[in-house]
Amino acid sequence: MAIGGRTAARRTTDVPLTHDETRTARLGLRRRQRRAFMLVVPLLVFLLLAFLAPIGSMLYRSAYNPTVANLIPGTLVALRTWDGQSVPDRDVLTAMAADLRRLALSRESGRLAAEINRTYPGASSTINAAARGLRRVDEAEIASAGADTLLGANERWSDPRFWRAIRRAGANFTADYYLTALDLERDASGAVKSRESAQIYRQLYGKTLGMALTITVLCVLLGYPLAYHMANAPARRANLMMVLVLLPFWTSLLVRTTAWIALLQTNGVMNSTLMSLGLISEPFELLYTRNATIIAMTHILLPFMILPLYSVMRGIDPSYMRAAMSLGARPLGAFARIYLPMTMPGLSAGALLVFIISVGYYITPALVGGTDGQMISNIIAFHMQQSNNWELAAALGSLLLLVIVALYWLYDRLVGASNIKLG
Amino acid sequence: MKRLTPIAALTALALLATPALAQDRMTAVSFGGAYGAAQKEHMVDPFMKESGTEILFEDYSGGIAEMKAQVEAGNVQWDAVDIEVIDLERACAEGLLEVLDHTDLPAGEDGTAAADDFYPDALGSECGVGVIYWATVFAYNSETIGDAKPATIADFFDTEKFPGKRAMRKRPQVNLEWALMADGVPKDEVYTVLATEEGQQRAFDKLATIKDDLVWFDSWSQAPQLLADGGATLVQSANGRFYAAIVDEGKPFEMIWDGNVFDLDVWAILAGAPNKDAAWEFIKFATSTVPLSGMQDVAYGPTRKSSEKYVEKDVLEKLPTAHLDEGLKADPVFWADYGESLGEKYNQWLLAQ
Repeated sequence: MAIGGRTAARRTTDVPLTHDETRTARLGLRRRQRRAFMLVVPLLVFLLLAFLAPIGSMLYRSAYNPTVANLIPGTLVALRTWDGQSVPDRDVLTAMAADLRRLALSRESGRLAAEINRTYPGASSTINAAARGLRRVDEAEIASAGADTLLGANERWSDPRFWRAIRRAGANFTADYYLTALDLERDASGAVKSRESAQIYRQLYGKTLGMALTITVLCVLLGYPLAYHMANAPARRANLMMVLVLLPFWTSLLVRTTAWIALLQTNGVMNSTLMSLGLISEPFELLYTRNATIIAMTHILLPFMILPLYSVMRGIDPSYMRAAMSLGARPLGAFARIYLPMTMPGLSAGALLVFIISVGYYITPALVGGTDGQMISNIIAFHMQQSNNWELAAALGSLLLLVIVALYWLYDRLVGASNIKLG
Repeated sequence: MKRLTPIAALTALALLATPALAQDRMTAVSFGGAYGAAQKEHMVDPFMKESGTEILFEDYSGGIAEMKAQVEAGNVQWDAVDIEVIDLERACAEGLLEVLDHTDLPAGEDGTAAADDFYPDALGSECGVGVIYWATVFAYNSETIGDAKPATIADFFDTEKFPGKRAMRKRPQVNLEWALMADGVPKDEVYTVLATEEGQQRAFDKLATIKDDLVWFDSWSQAPQLLADGGATLVQSANGRFYAAIVDEGKPFEMIWDGNVFDLDVWAILAGAPNKDAAWEFIKFATSTVPLSGMQDVAYGPTRKSSEKYVEKDVLEKLPTAHLDEGLKADPVFWADYGESLGEKYNQWLLAQ
């Protein structure tokens, strides 16, 4: 085939194609390309709309937040000349009073309050109360006495720290959410320092990665021998075992997680069995712990490890091992130097799948994890649904994406991504 | 020209009919469960029968995130919403809710003007009309507790007198108030103390004394189950959840009202709701004397004094309104200020081993 092709190619170069022939050939090629492209278009559009656009807007949101700038434009202009250390002068206070009155009338003061409150707890009531008070004041009075009204309303209005929080929140583009996501903040002079109020997120990222790693290792330890056994069992038994592996895989995720609740709870199957056997006298605290998350997720993600391993192992000719042994290798040595390297594509595919899925896992830790077993995605959901801090949620999510990309890069450098084989 | 007239007439008729049709439907959203069932029986169904308005009655799990999403996207689908007062302050100030005209509310059945008939807290916000009083309390199982019975909020934190697990909802709200009250802070100073750095530390330190014995849950419905299956000895929940377990399932639970943190739910209307007028008519009906008294089914207290004569005698003492003196009113302004920062500190405290 190769030789025939080469001689044919040589022959055609001798006779140049006519203009028409080139044209038809080119047209035909273009038509085929167009047809191929048309087949891919739906997928491309879907990916663009359902995947790239949301991720892009999330990344954008984590750094761009114009809410405050749109709400109090006058005050922010007046604040430009402020030194940041003393009480702002009367122009600033008057501008703020005017802005607050407008916000009170359009009932938007709460949005400003919520934004400032994120960096200055307690600001919410100060801003809302001031806005309520200014609602009935007319514009002329604000110009003359607005500043005094504010200063008299609450001592926070003369606190430079409060005004610094307002000025910072007024920036359209900010890296503050990323700083918070890394447990950092800026001090009065703008230098980055460790966050005083709370240290959560770095610890949580570490815990999430640690749990994902534990789950991956457990999946390898449980899945590798099983896949090996399946690959070498007679077809009937292998099929039966395959069904047993796949059956839970087909069952709804929620059902499987709830089943673990029934198994692990204080007076659940596990504890009552152990107690009736007399092995323990007090029930173990199993549910709502980190271990519960790890156990349930290992069970749920195990098929992702077994399937690629099995398909790779099925393709390995058993004669390699026999050859190694007949040449004098011990079983362990033959396994480590012949069999294991040949299963690497399946092993790395399975490990990577399990690890990446578990890093972003949400539902199982939320249901069985209690407080100890929560992962970073649960905090992201918390900020999306309860604290309404979508910007921080976006920053946390972007960092998670970055961590995964970095790990993938590391993996590519160490093992080689081209090595992966899914089946 | 003449031929056009019937068409014009039809068009005019159609235009007139459209708003009327729209008025006939509305969406009301509440918390579901036994509470939702009581609202359906005493508020939604009678109103549909009386006014002919069709109500789509849906469930949500609280919080302002869904409302915020609807209002900000300009795609408002809910009309009337049952909101916890702890979220009301923020939703109202962010312009997510319509301003309601409290003077338009009907007088009580005995003729008392609405302004006097409602408890003052119930009309505390211009965005809502109070519908129930409910309280966070703790309970024990009288069959397994032993001879000594807990009676005060301090007993909840006393693991020597009452050994065993404690179950609490996983959030700073109420738990920090309880910690301070158990530590001896007078009720009227709880929120002032909790606003200071030292006060917050004091609350977390008190909670830390029982940290090893704490079991956490995420929704009130999990709580009675924990108490029933022995997962915890002392369990926190909404009073209505325990009441339902006692009355409907015959559980031997006993509630402790000392240190209860009570709060209200209100009916409110989402800003830009498509059926605003129908929703207001519904709210006026739902918060009138008789429908409010139906909330005794789940032991939540009515917000009108005139409703109390419809409440059965033995239920009356199980209502939060009978125990307001022993309790502390949850402060929505405080939690709007410190909810987020204390939430972070709380998470940090939970993560610290």
